[in-house]
Amino acid sequence: MTSPVLVELEGVTKSYGKGQAAVQAMRGVDLRINSGDFVAMMGPSGSGKSTCMNIIGCLDQPSTGVYRFMGTDVGGISRNQRALIRRQFIGFVFQGFNLLPRTTALENVELPLIYRGMPRAERQRQAREALAAVGLLDREGHSPAELSGGQQQRVAIARALATQPALLLADEPTGNLDTPRSHDIMGLLTELNRERGITIVMVTHEAEMAAYAHHIVNFRDGRIAGERQNGESR
Amino acid sequence: MLWNSLMLAMRAIRVNALRSVLTMLGIIVGVAAVITMVNLGRGATEQVSAQIASLGSNLLTLRAGQRFMHGQSSAAPAFSLDDVAAILRDMNTVAAAAPIASQQAVAVFGNANWSTNVTGTDNEFFVVRNWAMANGRQFTDSELHTGKAACIIGATVRKELFGNSDPIGDTLRLKKVSCEVIGVLAVKGQTAMGSDQDDIILLPLRTYWRRIAGNQDVAQIHLSAHDGIATSKVKKDLEILMRERRHIGQFEDDNFTIRDMQEIADTLTGTTRALTSLLGTVAAISLVVGGIGIMNIMLVSVTERTREIGIRLAVGAMERDVMLQFLVEAVALSSLGGIFGIVLSFFASYFISGLMDMPFIYNPGIVVVAFLFSASVGVIFGYVPARRAARLDPIVALRHE
Repeated sequence: MTSPVLVELEGVTKSYGKGQAAVQAMRGVDLRINSGDFVAMMGPSGSGKSTCMNIIGCLDQPSTGVYRFMGTDVGGISRNQRALIRRQFIGFVFQGFNLLPRTTALENVELPLIYRGMPRAERQRQAREALAAVGLLDREGHSPAELSGGQQQRVAIARALATQPALLLADEPTGNLDTPRSHDIMGLLTELNRERGITIVMVTHEAEMAAYAHHIVNFRDGRIAGERQNGESR
Repeated sequence: MLWNSLMLAMRAIRVNALRSVLTMLGIIVGVAAVITMVNLGRGATEQVSAQIASLGSNLLTLRAGQRFMHGQSSAAPAFSLDDVAAILRDMNTVAAAAPIASQQAVAVFGNANWSTNVTGTDNEFFVVRNWAMANGRQFTDSELHTGKAACIIGATVRKELFGNSDPIGDTLRLKKVSCEVIGVLAVKGQTAMGSDQDDIILLPLRTYWRRIAGNQDVAQIHLSAHDGIATSKVKKDLEILMRERRHIGQFEDDNFTIRDMQEIADTLTGTTRALTSLLGTVAAISLVVGGIGIMNIMLVSVTERTREIGIRLAVGAMERDVMLQFLVEAVALSSLGGIFGIVLSFFASYFISGLMDMPFIYNPGIVVVAFLFSASVGVIFGYVPARRAARLDPIVALRHE
């Protein structure tokens, strides 16, 4: 590991809109996330946690302040450069699964590898490996409509995993799942964090799920209201 | 990447099969119409050339009076047999010259009667018009000199009056003249103007003068130039000769008209070409309308698939990847439409040329042009939707319901 600090935010603010209608989503956030960490970001809706995650995931840019990813300032880089960072280092898991409809599980997992320009055979091998890691190898030919919610989220995790990212961002990954399924998914994330050393940043408002993380960050009104380390994960 | 985009495009087209076909319809019709128009235009031109050739491409016609628009002509003295003799004597570029006088008259045989063109001429007619006999014989010198009532009939007259029976030796009645059928002309078909050349009865000129017309006018002289002599050159010489013979002053206009077939051919081909390009333009407009249809559907598709675009952008697609995907889809739509249009045009050209009795011509060059055009319609009209897709904000797109 070249630098233990993977993500570093200094005085990051984010506002949307202009003038009277402007909304201040982040009002100055300082945050450091080390490689191999498992972070849960909590807080009520509108507290800035999702905006913060979008900035960490290079989907969005800070209005002011500095964001360093792997030691490089990525605050002012272009749309395409941000796409390249996402492509190389970041995997996403969303609350709504966000799989492509009418597309098999395997093809969904292949998607980020296609944009890496990986040849078909190697792409499929790597995608199958990722599906195997989430225990869905036998469902590779199923379309999302033929899978349960939990299975869909596993496919989404496999898709994020396929590129072997440095950072996995999960936006309320259990928001659409029942409790047993939620614990399954959290177990899977924990395992990926522990065994593959993937840094995970997760947004959630369920304390039960946040308890899986090592490091809990509480957001309130666009600021970090408190940070604490979890004694030990379950 | 391109291959992947093509596979994606094909899948998107298949998923919305009906919508895709309806979208392509404009392009299909446009391409089919353009190709069919061009093919039919070529066919018509070919047909005109064939008809001109059947008249004899070295044919010139000389008639009295100046022709104006709407078929009017100024009064002018007719020609005489002396003019014909002078042409044959003074112009070594002329191979043959036939005097022609004609009018419409009713021919009767048994119960059948038929109104037809009755023409007085001599045997030079067959040379000038390059017209063979189907059976029977041409006029004899004595028939021509004495003005005997002998006639040669065209194929249409023969069919209308005699049906399937052999007319040679039969006697038909023209006005008050009974005349013996001595020959039948070979089938010539229609002129480029659409009149039936086979609807004709030929008489010796003297017979025509004495028994039908009651005067000794030669209304027209048809000439053929020697092979290898430009008809335009013959036309110029003929004009000088006729001005001299008809005593036309230096500042007076001609009181006769000379037309050569090349000129008629050019006029007709010009007309055909103008009509073809007009219809082709209309067809091309439908291609543009088809392109707008594609743009419309691509815009709808981009809106529908906003979430998909968001996912692609989130997992690392760059603007140009998304752009390429939607451009390829638009081009695939329009090219498929082009291919269907080409297939359709083949059948349309075949059937319509059959219906219009024209030669079937399928021009491969225009097919290539039409295909490339339809593909570029996809590029042009797919650009705006593709750019819109590529510029989407991934966060907004992911939140799209």
